[in-house]
Amino acid sequence: MINTLKYQSQAVAKPYFIAAIGLFVGQVLFGLIMGLQYVWGDFLFPEIPFNVARMVHTNLLIVWLLFGFMGAAYYLVPEESQRELHSPKLAIALFWVFLAAGVLTIIGYLSVPYATLAQITGNEFLPTMGREFLEQPTITKIGIVIVALGLLYNLAMTILPGRKTVVNVVLMTGLIGLAVFFLFSFYNPDNLVKDKYFWWWVVHLWVEGVWELILGSILAYVLIKTTGIDREVVDKWLYVIIAMSFITGIIGTGHHYFWIGTAEYWQPLGSIFSALEPIPFFMMTLLAFGAVGKRKRDHPNKATVLWALGTGVMSFLGAGVWGFLHTLAPVNYFTHGTQITAAHGHMAFYGAYVMIVITIISYAMPFLRGTGNAANRRAQFTEMWSFWLMTISMVFITLFLTGAGILQVWLQRFDDGQPFMVVQDKIAAFYWLREAAGVVFLIGLIVYIISFFVKSKEPAEA
Amino acid sequence: MSEIFSKSMARNIYFGGSAFFIFLFLGLTWHTVKVLPETDNSAALTEEVILGKKVWEDNNCIGCHTLLGEGAYFAPELGNVYKRFGNSTEAIKGFIKSRPVNGIPGRRSMPQFNLSEEELNAIAEFLKYSSEIDTSNWPPNIQG
Ligand code: HEC
Ligand code: HEM
Ligand code: HEM
Ligand SMILES: [Fe+2]
Repeated sequence: MINTLKYQSQAVAKPYFIAAIGLFVGQVLFGLIMGLQYVWGDFLFPEIPFNVARMVHTNLLIVWLLFGFMGAAYYLVPEESQRELHSPKLAIALFWVFLAAGVLTIIGYLSVPYATLAQITGNEFLPTMGREFLEQPTITKIGIVIVALGLLYNLAMTILPGRKTVVNVVLMTGLIGLAVFFLFSFYNPDNLVKDKYFWWWVVHLWVEGVWELILGSILAYVLIKTTGIDREVVDKWLYVIIAMSFITGIIGTGHHYFWIGTAEYWQPLGSIFSALEPIPFFMMTLLAFGAVGKRKRDHPNKATVLWALGTGVMSFLGAGVWGFLHTLAPVNYFTHGTQITAAHGHMAFYGAYVMIVITIISYAMPFLRGTGNAANRRAQFTEMWSFWLMTISMVFITLFLTGAGILQVWLQRFDDGQPFMVVQDKIAAFYWLREAAGVVFLIGLIVYIISFFVKSKEPAEA
Repeated sequence: MSEIFSKSMARNIYFGGSAFFIFLFLGLTWHTVKVLPETDNSAALTEEVILGKKVWEDNNCIGCHTLLGEGAYFAPELGNVYKRFGNSTEAIKGFIKSRPVNGIPGRRSMPQFNLSEEELNAIAEFLKYSSEIDTSNWPPNIQG
């Protein structure tokens, strides 16, 4: 096997990427379980109640995306800094800590009632559990903080003495922000309104704030590598993109402060600023297409370029368009907490963060596996099939949930409305269609995994 | 972007813009928290309600339900369930207590949590407290 890595320590990214893909499979399986429970109410009840499947689904999503971000950082920071990673050993140790924490937490969710888990992990001493996305036991949260601090230390010790590029500095800033805002998950006041207010500092300020820096920097890196676009140009774009993320996204947090008992000025403030949040996503679309359109070289890894363009389009659609759809207070008044929210959540997470992680995996894996700068043509062909299967089925999942959501709002929220459970029955057809699209998504994911094992038929490839 | 718009200009917009909006957000947060008691029903935050919030969290009710529109979309909104149940904490307790262990065949099911009488009182009081938070008239109707 030929080794094609510029810096040997980049190799630590590989286990991170493999774990990410493995957990992604688990996430989707639990998504399908829930999708079935939506229409077949007592499926797997009481063994796996819906709330348990949901925790597994969303927490696996977050954990595997974090694996992807960390892998991306370990891969690109040495190359950008032009020196070996400060401590590959630490990176590998943290990998195992994070994997153990993640897997044990999932096992905990599945094996004992949640209240028991809260009790045996000592939630009463520092109650942080039982809030959406932050369901992890407090000790798991502490584990996450330790892993994040180790990561930041390792990266800082690599970047500081090395070359500082806009890409690695922006990535580093994003990761620091990720760690800092996660600390708010430890703040859980008795006052429900205050709890909700600061809960969004983790959730919103992640996906519509600091994660956009991670997204932008990985995208910029991959575009530089695959299209040969001028770094000066990309740097400028990256600065403007992240400037727009913060300028719109910080006050944009207000789109979550309409109906939770906070001051009413958040209705105009949140509406106006969040309505501008699609701008940075649209700029990423322009950047990706601009770079590929004016490319100075034809990189042999066509699959990566497809993923990068896909990220540009789908993040704008999911976050930008589907976000805008329900972000103005008068609209959100009716759509708040319905299937419209779920539709947007799926396409935004997929288009922005799932796709950027797959983009960097697609780019880096051939180097990490020592097979040159791209997988063989048949493997890439398979990978592109998985791109279309997953992306198109996600579009359909989003459309079906949007259909369900519009009917739900119409039947349940207007006039006197009909009871929630009655309405859910009436829109069950959309949930069946969503489940069918979900099965196609799973097939796409399996095809994606198969693409790593597809061998070339031609004896030797350039 | 042309030569007139330089990289350092872009960087300055990033630093300047971010700093400005971070401070604005902190200022707004300070003010929001200050005026919160006017709307957040914190006067009703008794020991019992606080215990109720803990029961809510320890049983992950948010994993199926929304509360003030946030959470999961599998089961009814509970921010206003106290009102939907005719302003009755007893009705809430009765509902939670009576969930069959093995669910309801074919219907979306809620687990039997085996809560103590104290916990039942607390969760019901917590849901009452939630329903009295001033949410700018949300949800649009009693169905949540
Ligand atoms: C596994 C999912 C699940 C979990 C977890 C869950 N519920 Fe429910 N809950 C439901 C479903 C489904 C319904 C609707 C039941 C029906 O109409 O037959 C419901 C209905 C209710 C209702 C009546 C709402 C109405 O308007 O009719 C109340 C009150 C309630 N749940 C309270 C709670 C509390 C409190 C908790 C946490 C201790 C909780 N639920 C946890 C699934 C769940
Ligand atoms: C990639 C970026 C984004 C991701 C991953 C994302 C994801 C999500 C998720 C998961 C939720 C549901 C939260 C919950 O469970 O309560 C949500 C809610 C919401 N998002 Fe986004 N989002 C993104 C960007 C945006 C943008 C740019 C906008 C506005 C233009 C937006 C507008 C909203 C609104 C208004 C809600 C609240 C929905 C409600 O009231 O129920 N989002 N988002
Ligand atoms: C492919 C099949 C999938 C199915 C059937 C599915 C199904 C579901 C269901 C039923 C929920 C719970 C909705 C509720 O609260 O009632 C959910 C939540 C969620 N899923 Fe999926 N999912 C799938 C794939 C994915 C993928 C690939 C992603 C990542 C992009 C994802 C991200 C999320 C997120 C972020 C939430 C929380 C949404 C919110 O709070 O608004 N899911 N999913
Ligand atoms: Fe948001």
